[in-house]
This record gives sequence, structure tokens and C-alpha cells, in this order.
Amino acid sequence: MIVAEPKKLEEIKQMTDKFDRILMVGCGTCTTVCLTGGEREVNLMATALRLARKVEGRDVEIGEQTILRQCDFEYIDELKDVHNYQAIVSLACGAGIQGIARKFPEMPVLPGVNTKFIGFNEEFGYYTEQCKACGDCILHLTGGICPIARCAKGLLNGPCGGTNNGKCEIGSDKDCAWTLIYNQLERQGNLKQFKEIIAAKDFAKAGNIRSMDLRKAGD
Amino acid sequence: MGFKEALAKGEFVITAEVGPPKGTDISEMVHHVEALKGKVTALNVTDNQSAVMRISTLAVSKILLDLGVEPIYQMTCRDRNRLGLQSDLLGAAVLGIKNVLALTGDHTTLGDHKSAKPVFDLESVQLLQVIQGLNEGHDMAGNELKGKTDFFAGAIVTPEANPFEPQFAKFEKKIEAGAKFFQTQAVYDIKKFHAFMDRASKYNVPILAGILLLKSAGMARFLNKFVAGISVPDELIQELANSEKPLAKGIEIAGRQIRELRNVCAGVHIMAIGAEDKVPDILAAAGI
Ligand code: SF4
Ligand code: SF4
Repeated sequence: MIVAEPKKLEEIKQMTDKFDRILMVGCGTCTTVCLTGGEREVNLMATALRLARKVEGRDVEIGEQTILRQCDFEYIDELKDVHNYQAIVSLACGAGIQGIARKFPEMPVLPGVNTKFIGFNEEFGYYTEQCKACGDCILHLTGGICPIARCAKGLLNGPCGGTNNGKCEIGSDKDCAWTLIYNQLERQGNLKQFKEIIAAKDFAKAGNIRSMDLRKAGD
Repeated sequence: MGFKEALAKGEFVITAEVGPPKGTDISEMVHHVEALKGKVTALNVTDNQSAVMRISTLAVSKILLDLGVEPIYQMTCRDRNRLGLQSDLLGAAVLGIKNVLALTGDHTTLGDHKSAKPVFDLESVQLLQVIQGLNEGHDMAGNELKGKTDFFAGAIVTPEANPFEPQFAKFEKKIEAGAKFFQTQAVYDIKKFHAFMDRASKYNVPILAGILLLKSAGMARFLNKFVAGISVPDELIQELANSEKPLAKGIEIAGRQIRELRNVCAGVHIMAIGAEDKVPDILAAAGI
């Protein structure tokens, strides 16, 4: 899933300062699962914002709606009375926020979260990055452990000199991906793979303005 | 005699290093270089060492050439992409720089510009392959060069890395990618170093053992705590702690280590970290 963290109330307060009628929209998929932008979090954030504005003596009207997915236009169509508001705060990932912005081009659409990464939920409240969407997956060469996302330097040919007792040089709380990869390949009896030089990556495939077109035949 | 030639002849080769300063005042650095001239075969020039921004390695390597000292141009992959790395390598070649040490580089978050975007477009193994390609007359994309390079490329290895096996496998990859010499991270555990040399010697590539000057017991403890792949044994820390002149003691220890390594490897690489003018004293203590 896509993992996002909530923006600080103070930042959302600043962004919405000039509006008196705001629609806050949650997303029922990824940001619900990572406890950042589901129905419950929309309610918490809206309540906190109302209170903060009340303290300043400037009441604000906040509508709360949550749809199944903000990255899917057909669900965005389910939003109601959008034009009664002056701005929308979206608690979806970056794609979801832009989905809303695309559908309502005349409205300011503001991010209520910081989208962080593609990853999974290790344990309650703890998420880790697993994939950088590099566009050219090499997990078959690395024992199913992604060095692009999980090695601090995205190295392709083994651990750097900074690895320390299986931990990464950037922090002893982080596993060194290349130690994990070595152990995994060893377990699989495939150290031969570890010894093969992996060529420099084609970062053109990870570049900006990417798209995928299934309509193109034969490619 | 040049660095490459001295290694080829089987001489016990001494290298040391200079850290380019932060700022344009190079007087102290020049003083250090002059103190080392004639005492060492070549001097490494570090590349934004520890991810701390300083004068460019290329500029300082050229200054060394002008001062009559052979540079080993360290190149990390942290701050430049493949275009930047290759164009700097071509620049180094036309300036007369012969030796390049290919490194991945410490992560940006360890340095003094923590918000920088780390590059790591390539890494040490791939950079060695790129240098090999330039020596053959083509760039990384396969384009032919008008005039090729003639670099003597090397790399580093950490004989006391933990875990060691992945490190050794990477050492083998570096040889396959074209590393013609190695300098090691600081060596303190002579036993481990022997074990490493036993396995490494079949590749017949010269290895210069790293000697890091310990200036105090506090420094030794700091290294143990914060620097990966370095473990200063307790006896040495005690020796430093018991001494009234820890720096002189550190020099004595370094000299002793060099004597112990003399018949084990191709040479030593002395890292004095800011006390480069003490390198001649270390060599004297080593009886060289
Ligand atoms: S190799 Fe690329 S696509 Fe595969 S998991 Fe890593 S970042 Fe994602
Ligand atoms: S310590 Fe391991 S994970 Fe961290 S940068 Fe080095 S190789 Fe990558």
C-alpha cells in the first residue's frame, strides 16, 4: 500500500486560514489502512481544526466525507455538495489529492497528509518502505529484498563499508539491506548470484512524467 | 618512481592522505603536503570526506601535482551522476592524474549538508567498470572517446567488516570490475588481517593496509563506537590511557603496526587525520 503521514495541525491551519467553508475528504483505501486519512482521521482532524479556529474566535464550517478511493474518478463522483465549500482538504495519497484536483479544477485542493512511500505494515503503527517504483524490478536477483528502496544508497553490488553488525551506516535501528540479501541468497544456496555484478541501473525508467499505455500493441 | 611502478616492483609502498580544507585558505594543507613530499610514494586526496563539503578533489589533486607529489584521486559516487563522474575523470586525465580510488561514499545524512539529495547513480563496483571503459576508449554509453584515459584504478576493502563474507564477495567483484590495488580501512586486529590476506593473496592484487593514527584513548573509544569496521583492541586503548603523551604513544603504536605488516602486504596507507605532519615521525618509529 501507499503510506502517508498526517500533516501537522499547524500546517493545515495555515493552509486553510483564508477559508471559512472547507470540505475534508478521506480515502477508504491506503490512507485508511495506515491510519492517516480514513473516516476516523478526517473526523479527528476536522474537530481539531474547528477547535483551533474557535480559540481564535473565527469559526469554520468543515464538511466531512470519505470515499472508497480518491485515485479513481468514479468514486470521486460520489462526493456531494462540493460547491458549497471554498476549498477541499484531501487526506489521500498524492495521487488521490490530484484526482480530486483534476475533478474540481476551479477549487483549491490542499494536501492534508505527506505521502511517504510504498510499503507495508510491520506491526501496529509501524510501516516500512519496500519499493521505489523504479520501473525495472530486480527482486529476482536480490533474494526478494529490494536494495533500491531498502539500502540507504540504493547499491546494487553488495554492502558498503559502513555496514555495522548487519545494521546500516545511517542508523543502528535500520537493517543493512545487503546483509539481508546476502543471508537470503545463502539460505537459498545461491551465493553465485551475489557474486555476479549487477550493471548500473537505467534510471530513465524511473524518471519523471511516467505513464503506461496498454493500448500500444506489441510492446 | 611512481605509485604504480613501485607496486609493480614489489617495493613496500607508503601512502598517506590529505583532506582538502573547507574554504580557500590552503596554506596549512600545502604545509602538510610539503612535509610529506619525498616521504611517501603518493597521497590520497579525499572527496568531501564524511560527506562534509570541502574544496574539490580534482583541484587539490592538481595542486599536489604542481607541488611535485603524486595524487591518488578519490572519487565517490555520492555527489555526481554518471555524467559528472565521467567528465571529472576525463578532466583528471588531461591534468595528468593517474591514480583513482573508486568509492561509494558516506551517506549525505552523516555529513554537514544533511538535506542534500544523495546521488548514488553508480556505486564503487560500477565506477570501476566505467574507469575500465574509459581506459579502453569508450564512455559508459558506449560512445567512442577522442583520446582515451590511462588510469590506475583502485578500491577499498574493510578486512574487519562485520559480517565479513559479503564484504569479501564485494572485494572479489571490485577485482573483477578492474581494481588494480586496494587500500584498507584501519587495521588493528592483525590476526583478522592475516586471515583476510590468506584469502586475498590468490588474486595477486597489491593491498595497502590502513594505519589510522590514534591520538588518544578517547579517540580510540570514539572510533569503536561510531565508525563501522574499526575495532581498536582494549590493550591499545589502555596503552594510550596510561601514557602521559598519548600522541607520541599513538605514533609509537602506528610505527609498531607498520613493522608488523611489513612482510604481510604490499604497503601501508597512513591516515593521520589532521596530523599529516606527524607521518614522518610514524615512519621513523617504523624504522623506515
Ligand atoms: S527493484 Fe524497483 S520495482 Fe522492484 S521492488 Fe525495488 S524499487 Fe520496486
Ligand atoms: S550499510 Fe547496508 S543498507 Fe546501509 S548504505 Fe551501506 S550497504 Fe546500504
